[in-house]
Amino acid sequence: MPSAKYETVIGLEVHVELHTNSKIFCGCSTEFGAPPNTHTCPICLGHPGVLPVLNRQAVEYAMKAAMALNCEIASVSKFDRKNYFYPDSPKAYQISQYDKPIGENGWIDIEVNGETKRIGINRLHLEEDAGKLTHVDGGYASLVDFNRVGTPLVEIVSEPELCSPEEAKAYLEKMKAIMQYCDVSDVKMEEGSLRCDANISLRPHGQKELGTKAELKNMNSFRGVQRGLEYEEERQADILDDGGLVVQETRRWDEAQGRTLSMRSKEEAHDYRYFPDPDLVTLHIDDEWKERVRASIPELPDALKARYTAEYGLSAYDAEGITSSKKLADLFEESLQYTKDAKAVANWIMGELLGYVNGNGIEIDAVKLNGQGLGEMIGLIEKGTISSKIAKTVFKEMLESGKSPQVIVEEKGLVQISDEGAIKAIVEQIIAKNPQSVEDYRAGKEKAIGFLVGQVMKETKGKANPGLVNQLLVDCLKQA
Amino acid sequence: MTPLEMSISELKQALTDRKLSASELADASYRRIAETDERVQAFLTLNEEGAREQASLTDGRIAQGEAVDILAGVPAGIKDNIVTEGLRTTCASRFLDNYKPIYDGTVSRKLRDAQVVTIGKLNMDEFAMGGSNENSAFKSTRNPWDLERVPGGSSGGSAAAVAAGQVSFALGSDTGGSIRQPASYCGVVGLKPTYGLVSRFGLVAFASSLDQIGPLTRSVEDAAHVLQAIAGYDKMDSTSADVSIPDYAEALTGDVKGLRIGVPKEYIGQGVDPKVKEAVLAALNVFESLGATWEEVSMPHTDYAVATYYLLASSEASSNLARFDGVRYGVRADNPDNLLQLYHESRSQGFGPEVKRRIMLGTYALSSGYYDAYYLKAQKVRTLIKQDFDEAFNQYDILLGPTAPTTAFRLGEQIDDPLAMYLNDILTIPVSLAGVPAISIPCGLADGLPVGLQLIGKAFQETTVLRAAHAFEQHTEYHKLRPQL
Amino acid sequence: MSIHVQDVEHVAKLARLNLSDEEKERYTEQLNAILKYAEKLNELNTDDVSPTTHVLPIRNVMREDEVRPSLPIEKVMANAPEEEDGQFKVPAVLE
Repeated sequence: MPSAKYETVIGLEVHVELHTNSKIFCGCSTEFGAPPNTHTCPICLGHPGVLPVLNRQAVEYAMKAAMALNCEIASVSKFDRKNYFYPDSPKAYQISQYDKPIGENGWIDIEVNGETKRIGINRLHLEEDAGKLTHVDGGYASLVDFNRVGTPLVEIVSEPELCSPEEAKAYLEKMKAIMQYCDVSDVKMEEGSLRCDANISLRPHGQKELGTKAELKNMNSFRGVQRGLEYEEERQADILDDGGLVVQETRRWDEAQGRTLSMRSKEEAHDYRYFPDPDLVTLHIDDEWKERVRASIPELPDALKARYTAEYGLSAYDAEGITSSKKLADLFEESLQYTKDAKAVANWIMGELLGYVNGNGIEIDAVKLNGQGLGEMIGLIEKGTISSKIAKTVFKEMLESGKSPQVIVEEKGLVQISDEGAIKAIVEQIIAKNPQSVEDYRAGKEKAIGFLVGQVMKETKGKANPGLVNQLLVDCLKQA
Repeated sequence: MTPLEMSISELKQALTDRKLSASELADASYRRIAETDERVQAFLTLNEEGAREQASLTDGRIAQGEAVDILAGVPAGIKDNIVTEGLRTTCASRFLDNYKPIYDGTVSRKLRDAQVVTIGKLNMDEFAMGGSNENSAFKSTRNPWDLERVPGGSSGGSAAAVAAGQVSFALGSDTGGSIRQPASYCGVVGLKPTYGLVSRFGLVAFASSLDQIGPLTRSVEDAAHVLQAIAGYDKMDSTSADVSIPDYAEALTGDVKGLRIGVPKEYIGQGVDPKVKEAVLAALNVFESLGATWEEVSMPHTDYAVATYYLLASSEASSNLARFDGVRYGVRADNPDNLLQLYHESRSQGFGPEVKRRIMLGTYALSSGYYDAYYLKAQKVRTLIKQDFDEAFNQYDILLGPTAPTTAFRLGEQIDDPLAMYLNDILTIPVSLAGVPAISIPCGLADGLPVGLQLIGKAFQETTVLRAAHAFEQHTEYHKLRPQL
Repeated sequence: MSIHVQDVEHVAKLARLNLSDEEKERYTEQLNAILKYAEKLNELNTDDVSPTTHVLPIRNVMREDEVRPSLPIEKVMANAPEEEDGQFKVPAVLE
């Protein structure tokens, strides 16, 4: 917290690339990572005489996203030209939506410090993405790649209702989860399919009018958004503390330096000269169309979370954690086709899986685990084929190789020893070798048995059934 | 009669009967251009190699007895704002001096499919902005009737080439009168179809909500044949109308009995040259004699059309022409120090004064604080102008008037007064704003210069317009008049 | 409303045009004449008139989400004033 004196006000503008097969106004592929300019045609290159034709899927994805964000869907929507010159914009105007966006007046709920807060969505509109510039010749020139130009985007503008960088991060995570659930985008910040700009201002507590805001750009990760906002919060508080004035400007988050830098204000104010694009016709979205799209929206995280706590008895914390990502929720549900123990599944996901992912700094997508494997592994524990301890070894192997637990257990010889005779022989051996512990136990130091169990497990390389070991040890010790 | 004087259906017959080959026709066309174009200056780019290749291909097909389109082997010129793959397309602008399109527009493709022999690309006012061809960056086309006079514009090269007998037909484009006015000045037939009838895909945009491609020909029947080839729904153009296309030639029955003609009194009022008015009134007598009826009608918002048009068209143009930035194609200024300089220098060197003027006007009209006062206001007045037409067409099948207030003016006469130049379009602009079809046909001479008669129809009623124009033509000889070159 | 040289300069900047002093003066004069002429539209009351963007009542024109072949890179670059490694080259943005 920068200062107890001020209240922070943050609004976010999120751009989400819709994962259609083709671009929004032409048939070029939207695939990521192709050689420069190989996914272009006269239309997306803005050659003289070309015309745009709208991609239906892009419209429906935008409607779907807007509905999932609880927006009102426009009955009449249209496209406008946003005029500005930049080398990544081939027509020197971007086809966007000005006064009739697809969706307006929505909201999402976010969870911060165990409390739910509702954040308003001002609007969601559909537009085309720009190309990509690479700087060369020591910064004196740029190369332009138009592969990305024309990829459909939705711009989602929040109300200025976020009060901390932490809330901003929670909002983004929720936004990402919702887009994933709707299956309208890959939402990968590192590939640019999710991008975020922020407006942030401070005002003294109790003041009604908003303070002067800074616009923050170039935050390329969720962590970057949080850190950038935290930096900015402090910077503005320092200025205000010194009796200074915050300048309204655009600032760039510099990840390496860990600070925001003023982007020198452009020599002229923007005047985008929006007007209705005469090359495109209006969209009339009737109820039947709306309902058809609405029906394609799956159960969203909030609903799923409620169901997981009610139906499976998961803790609110586990339910929140699992539903925060579509991948995790899918894994959870798939696992339950192979085991009935929902809590065990949740524990493995929240504990071992997330521990592994976070510990290695990787994405969930990178692990090879599937629901069948996890469910069956829990089955093996229940049957006593493997111990919980061995299961951790098996689980790690499943994450890395994607093999089934049975195969791993077999290959590595990890089957639990539950043969009473075999274990008894080892137990007797251990008792004979450790007279001191035996004496301690008999003298009432019950803890000494733990050491003896450990010795047996060590001798069996962890494969002995621990319950059985315990029982046999107690029997033997009593008898002697 | 030289083969280039023949009508399209006569050419078809001669080609089928093997009395004439497409190659001979192409030769005749290039010969005529060699003889006359130093004076007329209609062509910007000739397509000799491509044309001869197409012609011999067509000759081969005909020799093998293949059924070919009525336009197969017919030599044509194309206005230079219609992109033709691999064939230099400049829009008569320095900016596109070196531009070779990497794709074919829909109309160009249709002509290729019909095996039309593209002779070359025709001069125009730069980016179709102007009414005299004096705004071409390369040359001023002359009126074949009087080489000291303008051919009109912006499709001046198209009208002059047809009038000079260089090609059998030409394609032009019309935004506020750019087919009809030069047709009128050059004594040829020029048809602006209903907005949405002909695909705009491949037409370099001037004002997207107004632009239409259409034919310039020596007869109404030829216009019907060319329209047949280029009309029709195109999924590449979102503003293209999904309507069924009638047989236009079949509509030319010669019968106008009972046709109700409205004559907007605003079209024959102040500012219209008395000799032009006289020719138009004489035309009404012809129609009356053929069994049509006519009366005066009022189109009360006519007087607002020019202002409306210049605000809307310039606004759209300012945005449409922004893509000419020197990054991907076109002429880039030498050694710009930075990006802004690249933009400013390339565009300032690439565009002529009229284009800059309209970009300035349009940019201003759309800029912050003025949008409502200019652009939005003009869009609303456009609605009123369209309503004038809707109401008139409740009572009349056709509206009739002159195409232009005067005959062709002298070169240099109006170049310094943009507003006076704009007012030449006062009779064609309302039609463009309403989006309805209109044709200009020759209806006489005034002081040795052609006068054009404009017939305006309801949306998608090209058949009515063509039928009326054809009937008039059948009973007059004006379309047979030829300039002495 | 009448416009001044400064307005013309501002608009020229927006439109990325360089104008000479002589051009600035001429355009100021001509644009004023045209805009003055356009003021006649204010004679009409259009309070209850809806604007016309399209003359035809066409709506909901869309294509299906199908990928079509892109251009070969030679065509993409065919008209490029300056290229490097299959990309369009431009001088840096002046910051």
